[in-house]
Amino acid sequence: MGRKILFVTTDQQRYDTLGCNGGVLSRTPVVDGLAAEGVRFERAHPQSVVCMPSRSTIVTGQHPSTHGVWMNGVPLPEDAPSVASVLHDAGYRTAIIGKPHFEPFLDPFARFPENGFAGAGTFGPHRGFEHFESATHTAAGPLHYARWLMDHHPEAVAMFYPVLDGSFEVNALGGGANGAPQVWDNPIPRDWYHTDWVADRTIAWLDSLDAADDWFCWMSFPDPHHPWDPPASEVGRVPWREVPLPAGYLADRAEREAALDAKPRHWRAWYDGRLVSNYEAPLEWVPATLTADQVREVNARNAVEVELIDEALGRVLGAIDARGWDDDVDVIFTTDHGELQGDFGLLFKGPYHVDGLMRLPLVWRPAPSSGLGAAAVSRPVGLVDLAPTFCAIAGLRVPEWMEGKPLPVDDADAHERGFERVLTEWDSELFGVGVHLRTITRDGWVCTTYQPGYSHDGTEGELYNLADDPLQQVNRWDDPSCRVTRSDLLTDLWDHQPPMRSPLPRVEAPV
Amino acid sequence: MLGSIRHEVRIARPAAEVWELAGDPTRLAEWFPGIVACEVDGTNRVITMGSGLPMPEEILVRDDAQRRFQYRITAPLFVHHRGTIDVIDLGDETCLVTYQTDADPRTMALVIGGGTAGALDELKRQMEAGGGR
Repeated sequence: MGRKILFVTTDQQRYDTLGCNGGVLSRTPVVDGLAAEGVRFERAHPQSVVCMPSRSTIVTGQHPSTHGVWMNGVPLPEDAPSVASVLHDAGYRTAIIGKPHFEPFLDPFARFPENGFAGAGTFGPHRGFEHFESATHTAAGPLHYARWLMDHHPEAVAMFYPVLDGSFEVNALGGGANGAPQVWDNPIPRDWYHTDWVADRTIAWLDSLDAADDWFCWMSFPDPHHPWDPPASEVGRVPWREVPLPAGYLADRAEREAALDAKPRHWRAWYDGRLVSNYEAPLEWVPATLTADQVREVNARNAVEVELIDEALGRVLGAIDARGWDDDVDVIFTTDHGELQGDFGLLFKGPYHVDGLMRLPLVWRPAPSSGLGAAAVSRPVGLVDLAPTFCAIAGLRVPEWMEGKPLPVDDADAHERGFERVLTEWDSELFGVGVHLRTITRDGWVCTTYQPGYSHDGTEGELYNLADDPLQQVNRWDDPSCRVTRSDLLTDLWDHQPPMRSPLPRVEAPV
Repeated sequence: MLGSIRHEVRIARPAAEVWELAGDPTRLAEWFPGIVACEVDGTNRVITMGSGLPMPEEILVRDDAQRRFQYRITAPLFVHHRGTIDVIDLGDETCLVTYQTDADPRTMALVIGGGTAGALDELKRQMEAGGGR
């Protein structure tokens, strides 16, 4: 018997939403407990700040340029490698339960396997997962959760927020007490909500295994991604009026707009409602209209969703313990990307490579039987390092096609094994609007260079000193005193940035 | 808001042969992955998608001389739709096939456009394998 792996992801969760990372809104005793026993990463970054590319990086261990999912709507190629296949071939039982999103959701032609299993009454196999049971943020669509809800609680299907509007754009409709976009009062009973469903189905799958099985289970919660529509019964946990404004929200309008104006021009253009460059934000919403109370309420609802996830994870860990497995189970908790959540007066995500979207919660509680101790790692790591870590936990050689390295167990290990930099990419082409960013984070700096596109001529960039400017409000790209630093970072970026896959895979849907 | 997406493919078969298949409104399901049925009654066509969703269409142009086929989806979720297939003779026993989708809402241009790209791939595969007759 080897070590078993419970891999837990959320969707669109900020670093600062966990108690162990200094968060004060959500109570997250379960993840905090894992962090206290294990390794807490203080500078974990995604290789893309949107779902499909980031999740494809997790499963392949490759950067988006290599696996080819260069924006949402591009399916992970059928022949892409998968860490789940590596583990399955080594004898592991494998499952993904919750949100996969390796293939587009908007799929009326039913061309993508991910969307076909529930309708066919099957559960994979797919991409190395022998059990593939899917959910997303709503009760609409062809996935297993939606089918389950329709079969068992059809009255609840219409309770969720309508994520898309009548034009199939991300909905700008506001709700709650303050009319914030994607905030909604959802009367669904808690145990019908997708967070508890994901935990229930995970426990059911684990219960189906033999005690001696080695297993890899990716439990993938759809929350706290918008819509912010947790069960209404739980909303009172975090009264929005008592929520402090986030540090990244510049309450003074002039100060906020000055900070935006110091960044490349698409930041201010989005804020003013002149350009929505990507599909992931509502087309009809103007960020400049966002009020302080709306920011409070979004953060409150988000915090409730984070608490529900923590409690659901606690139930799953309890079930694992009841099976007598706990001593041999590694638990890794992270997310696919962050959320602006009020920073700079913005919500959602897009081509904005700052901590709100890039600094992720990542906690690894090694199996107690491994004898590894507790630590905090300050050196940069990436989601690209997860697949190699799963291989290492399983005692397998890391395949050459993986581009990351097994995660370090402490800073000394990180130093010894060369964890110096992490790269993040953005590419999007939406109805003639192209945006292309390449970012390196190393030595306490974040440096982003913009390639030519709709709003940029290729000379723009962002450079932030994370020690002096932890909220990335002072762009030093054009600061003469930072020229050498900028040049060194860009040289290092291009020395390590993988070339873009060619031919470029097609965009098959908006998301 | 209108969105416009165009995909194209070069096929190593004469335009007339490709048009025989691509220009026949009753045969769409043979080469469009994700369309499982296709019924034509005069200028009305109803396709059924892989999700089970039926989609009513109106055939606007079937021009054998220009080798152009145009149709529009008449389902109410579309403010506007126009699908255009052109088979262009390149003069060397090969042809260029373009499939354009204009749609309002624009998101549907992306969704349908993804399907049309796959359809052109399949058309090329079938024709160059000697099928399509």
